[in-house]
Amino acid sequence: MTAKVSFDEVEVGTELPAREFPVTRATLVQYAGASGDFNPIHWNEKFAREVGLPDVIAHGMFTMAEAARVVTDWAGDPGAVVEYGVRFTKPVVVPNDDQGALIQVTGKVAAKLDDRRVRVDLTAMSDGQKVLGMSRAVVQLA
Amino acid sequence: MALDQSFVGRTYPPTAPYEVGREKIREFAEAIGDANPVFTDTEAAKALGYPDVIAPPTFVFAITFKAAGQVVADPQLGLDYSRVVHGDQKFAYSRPVRAGDRLTVTSTIEAVKSLAGNDIVDIRGEVHDEAGEHVVTAWTKLVARAAEEA
Repeated sequence: MTAKVSFDEVEVGTELPAREFPVTRATLVQYAGASGDFNPIHWNEKFAREVGLPDVIAHGMFTMAEAARVVTDWAGDPGAVVEYGVRFTKPVVVPNDDQGALIQVTGKVAAKLDDRRVRVDLTAMSDGQKVLGMSRAVVQLA
Repeated sequence: MALDQSFVGRTYPPTAPYEVGREKIREFAEAIGDANPVFTDTEAAKALGYPDVIAPPTFVFAITFKAAGQVVADPQLGLDYSRVVHGDQKFAYSRPVRAGDRLTVTSTIEAVKSLAGNDIVDIRGEVHDEAGEHVVTAWTKLVARAAEEA
């Protein structure tokens, strides 16, 4: 592991570059194929509504994967992530149009840990709602 | 219907090895829109000290969730899978998953709860490589929503 960020140069409160990730129905179909999660709530509007959802929703694991990119792009080495956990608090609703939805992710260093590791707390929002809670990654820095 | 507490601590047999392919990692990285070359270019991965391309952190979920399926589908547990949603997910990595890995998953039920009519199951999946070395542990919380909920 060779993170490009030095532990010594990071302080509690350091903000990671924020990112926005668009997600459309096409994105969800592609993710379903790549991940093997073919639950129809992620591509079939009729089915989604029948189980009480407002519309098709993104895979929680898709949102979790996008949020991780804020950390991996910052660290410079995706393998520097040694722990990563989230709570799925609200679904990302993906309308059937060209725009789809937007997942907005911010992150900051919340704690400096032993062994040149830091804890990064992430916030993921979509349509004004917090879609991930307790979203935290522990990263091994250089 | 409250789930049977006697399932807490139950461990299921290890899964058959899943062989991680370079093209599967590429497909996954493209699906999440992540162009980091460490996922697709062996030389870029080697430059970071890895023997082959590595997978994005959440890639392994596909393997651990499939393994958790043997818990979810256990008729004795009686979880209503049609009402299951994903509550929490956590990973702890000893190293990243990489192309060429042959991974087995051993699933254990860590907790079974019923709260406000929701059935909640916590499953821990321990992922090991062919040499028996630990690669990653995945904790998955599944919530079967109460049937009367809209």
